[in-house]
Parts: sequence; C-alpha cells; structure tokens
Amino acid sequence: MSDLKLVEAPEGIQGEGFFATSLNKVIGMARANSMWPLPFATSCCGIEFMATMGSNYDLARFGSERMSFSPRQADLLMVMGTIAKKMGPVLRQVYEQMAEPRWVIAVGACASSGGIFDTYSVLQGIDKIIPVDVYVPGCPPRPEQIIDGVMRIQDLVRDESLRRRHSPEYKQLLASYGIV
Amino acid sequence: MALNNDIVLSRLQEKFPDAIREAYINFDQLNIEIDPAHNAAILRFLKEDEEMNFNYLTDLTAVHMPEQTGKEIGVIYHIHNLYDNYRLRLKAWIPESEPVIATASSIWLGANWMERETYDNFGVRFDGHPDLRRILNVDHMEIFPLLKQYPLEDSSREDKDDRFFGR
Repeated sequence: MSDLKLVEAPEGIQGEGFFATSLNKVIGMARANSMWPLPFATSCCGIEFMATMGSNYDLARFGSERMSFSPRQADLLMVMGTIAKKMGPVLRQVYEQMAEPRWVIAVGACASSGGIFDTYSVLQGIDKIIPVDVYVPGCPPRPEQIIDGVMRIQDLVRDESLRRRHSPEYKQLLASYGIV
Repeated sequence: MALNNDIVLSRLQEKFPDAIREAYINFDQLNIEIDPAHNAAILRFLKEDEEMNFNYLTDLTAVHMPEQTGKEIGVIYHIHNLYDNYRLRLKAWIPESEPVIATASSIWLGANWMERETYDNFGVRFDGHPDLRRILNVDHMEIFPLLKQYPLEDSSREDKDDRFFGR
C-alpha cells in the first residue's frame, strides 16, 4: 500500500456504483489541487519563494508542481517583492494576459503595501493596480508563510462558485481597476 | 611619476587660471570646484592629457543645496586615473533657475546614462547630450524628485496620520 496521501472526495451522496455531488465542488477540488502559479519575483521575497519551490519546502506537494512562466497558462499570479511605479504597467499587463479564473497573492510587505519603501518611486501595494486575493505579511515571509498563503488561495479556489466570475460584483471589481 | 594632488592642482591652475575656483582636501581626496562654463574643457583636458590620463569616470551625479542662493545645484564628477590609481572629485555649481551644464558624454561614453539619471532626479540639463530623457522614473513624472522642495514620501498614501509622524 502506497503512503501517498490523496485528496478526499467532496461531500456527496454515495451508493452502490454511483457518487453524486455538485459540479462546483468537483471542479473546485480539481482546480485547487492543480494550481499553476506564475511567479513574478522582483526581490528578496522571490528568494524566499525559490526556497519554497525547492525540495525542502516543496510547493509541489500542494499541486503546484509546474511554475508557469507564461501568463496564458497560469492560474495564480504570485507577486513577490517591491513593485516600482515603472514596473506597475508591466505587472498589470501580465495580469490582463492571464485567463479567467485567475487569483493573485501578494507576498511580503512590499507587494502588499509598499513596505519600508514609502517613497515617490514605489507602488504602495499592488492592490493599487490589480485585485489581490491573499496577502502574505513578512519582510520577507518564511517559506512556511508563503505555503500558508498558497493554501489559503486553495481554500478560495475550492469554495469558489462557478458563477462568481460572471457575477456583476466581480465585473464591478474589475471595472474599478479599469480592467475589462 | 605617479600622479599626486600637487601635480594635478598646479597643472590645472596653470592651464585654466580663471576656471579653478577652490581646492581642498576632503576624505583624503582632492576636491576642485570649477567654473561650470568651462567644465567640458577641463574634463577633456583631464581625460586626454598624457600626464593626467583620467581614463575612468567613476560617477557623475548632483546635489541640491537650496540655501546656497545662485548656486543651488552642484554637479559632481568622480574621476579615476586607473594607471596611477589616483582619484579626483570635481564640483561645478549651477543655479537652480537655469540648471544647464555642458555634457561629458562625448568625453566618457559612460557619462551618457549617468547624465540621464542626473537629469531624471535633479533636472540638470546637459547641453549637447545625445538623448536626454528620463531613465529610472516613470516617463510621465512631472517633478525632479530629489530636489528638496519635493517630499520623499509617496503622495498617494492615505493611511498615514500626520500626528503620529510628529507633523
């Protein structure tokens, strides 16, 4: 018997030869356990992320085996590090190129709020230009914290309604960032 | 014979008697304040003269001293003679109202981006520069952020209460 731990099946009704559950839960489970992150690393938080990705901490355990360096094939944008105002349009373009459904995690103080760089040249948090789902505090955060952030994203993904991305609230959120 | 402070200063005073304004030692290094109108000639002499031979421009930047009326902005050149390992600091003071000085980019090619950076941060216009535009800051920035009249802090922050910052 292998000691591999598999994801538990979602709640449902089980009987002989059948298992019934909602499509929402099945798709949420599949998505949450096969996230393809796009690392957008600009500084020291990116170094912590490399450790997170490496064999000691091994982000692949959570289904994030493949780092996608193409926004088109990514589900999760991980922004790690100081984003200068000059970098802002680049980050926004990467976000716009990602296909729905897409999630964003801001790793570290700089990506979340500008951090110690309260200065004319630095964006005071990436949520000024793109919507963020999970913020990971720390300067830089430990790999454990980054993993925790990814797991919080997994919770969001698992429980997200399939209709959310079509809802007026979500469209309004994107519109408030000027993203169509 | 290796270069030293006395040789450099006497050669410069002999060659440019009117353009050398002041000379002093600071942090074990000779500082010379020069007339901004003659900066290009002096720099070219320092680079091309066989004895001077300052073949490397270490840094080119500016400082802003708002209290020095009429010479608020100092353009600073750090140059290095790599053969004799001798370094020299040159300063040219120009008024904030008309911050124009001749370019050094035709003397040391490395001055090109340094002058763009100095323009970007301090608004110093380098006359004769081939492509003087912003290099580090966003293109649509309307100020020269390292001039002291502009706050260093980001103006878009809404979460800072002045009372907690002693203001």
